[in-house]
Amino acid sequence: MIRVELPAHLRTLAHVGGEVRLEIVGPVTQRSILDALESRYPMLRGTIRDHDSLQRRPFLRFFACAEDFSNESPDAPLPLEIASGAEPFLIIGAIAGG
Amino acid sequence: MTKVRVLVGTRKGAFILSADGKRENWQVSGPHFAGWEIYHLKGSPADPNRIYASQSSGWFGQIMQRSDDGGKTWFQPGTPPGEPAAPPNVPKGESNKFAYDTSAETGKPLTSHQWYDGTQHPWEFKRVWHLEPSFTDPDTVYAGVEDAALFKSTNGAENWHELAGLRGHGTGPQWQPGAGGMCLHTIILDRKNPNRIYIAISAAGAFRSDDAGSTWKPINQGLISQFIPDPNAEVGHCVHHVAMHPSRPDTLFMQKHWDVMRSDNAGDRWHEVSGNLPTDFGFAIDVHAHEPETIYVAPITSDSLHFVHEGKLRIFRSRSGGNEWEPLTKGLPQSDCYVNILRDAMAVDSLDSCGIYFGTSGGQVYASSSAGDSWFPIVRDLPAVLSVEVQTLP
Repeated sequence: MIRVELPAHLRTLAHVGGEVRLEIVGPVTQRSILDALESRYPMLRGTIRDHDSLQRRPFLRFFACAEDFSNESPDAPLPLEIASGAEPFLIIGAIAGG
Repeated sequence: MTKVRVLVGTRKGAFILSADGKRENWQVSGPHFAGWEIYHLKGSPADPNRIYASQSSGWFGQIMQRSDDGGKTWFQPGTPPGEPAAPPNVPKGESNKFAYDTSAETGKPLTSHQWYDGTQHPWEFKRVWHLEPSFTDPDTVYAGVEDAALFKSTNGAENWHELAGLRGHGTGPQWQPGAGGMCLHTIILDRKNPNRIYIAISAAGAFRSDDAGSTWKPINQGLISQFIPDPNAEVGHCVHHVAMHPSRPDTLFMQKHWDVMRSDNAGDRWHEVSGNLPTDFGFAIDVHAHEPETIYVAPITSDSLHFVHEGKLRIFRSRSGGNEWEPLTKGLPQSDCYVNILRDAMAVDSLDSCGIYFGTSGGQVYASSSAGDSWFPIVRDLPAVLSVEVQTLP
């Protein structure tokens, strides 16, 4: 089971209180996590990545195991700790806005 | 007993202010969508319990919200809360998606517009500025968006399609963003003629459709904008807002960047009615609910000083359709006031004694239950107000 931590505003939109847990079949990548997340919580479509291009929204970052994966390929495998559920995949609102 | 419901969009959430017909005692509900920018909320004339809201954020983009119980509860259309994974072949999460139409069937509207440096720039969706529900069908609603385009939903905002004839009519490549972005901020429907729609864009101008949004023509003759190379150009004018009285759909009033303008032939020709205003820069303009020649503006000092003139918060009223204006000051601060009033932040109710409402960048929402003769604050300390709409309820 994959664990995903969402920013507070997205937890409100998705009507969840804490971590989200997702079942993923196949390789665990940014893309497979976001696909599963948006399938389970369709109200989040467009809030993390663009509806059509699937590009990450500029002010969001992806972290795993204390590393920034935001600019890595969306199809690159994530660390085993993410795939095993030992560590959460973090979606974080960048510190921006003044 | 008659009631009013004031829908307030702010930089940090939405608020709903309610009172009975006396408009003396107010209940405040909110913040709804706390922390999000709420550019606009508007109720359906066909079903007052149906309210649409545009919720957006620089981080998370555009969210559409809908209430079917007068603003008590909200949901994203087509994606009810708690619903499990989307069933196969049933699109979900489409209510937030505003995809520009580039199909051959609709004429492949050009996909670039003029950028600040004069080069062409691709159309990029940013947010919904204005929502305009249909007079007759609660499920039909129009959305004006940045970068400028007009979208329509016929299923209660579950999904949207662009009325692509607007961007495709020919002048699109000459449109350019104003300081606030290239936004379609004004949508006016004609209660008598469902085929007629007016819209306005900063900084392109005003446009009219007489076939329910399929085809469009610019209606900017008579507008003069000193800052563009051809001051009489067909497009390129920074129209800030347009207002119309429902009984006179051919008469329009416009607050342009500078100049208050009037047209009596559905926008085919405009003339200036700024008259004795202390400054004719501004954003908001509206028409009295029962007197089609009584109009209201909120003069702002200048395009470089976006606050009220001389530190005095004054709404100006003309009872002659323009040119002759009187300041309305009773109950409003007349010294050390430096707030702005944005284009969608003024509205009127339709009670017998017409109520006027406006919100400020300082977070105040002022009301008058006497057509502007005197004012009182409903709330003083909201986040900066982006929009104000009013529902008059039975």
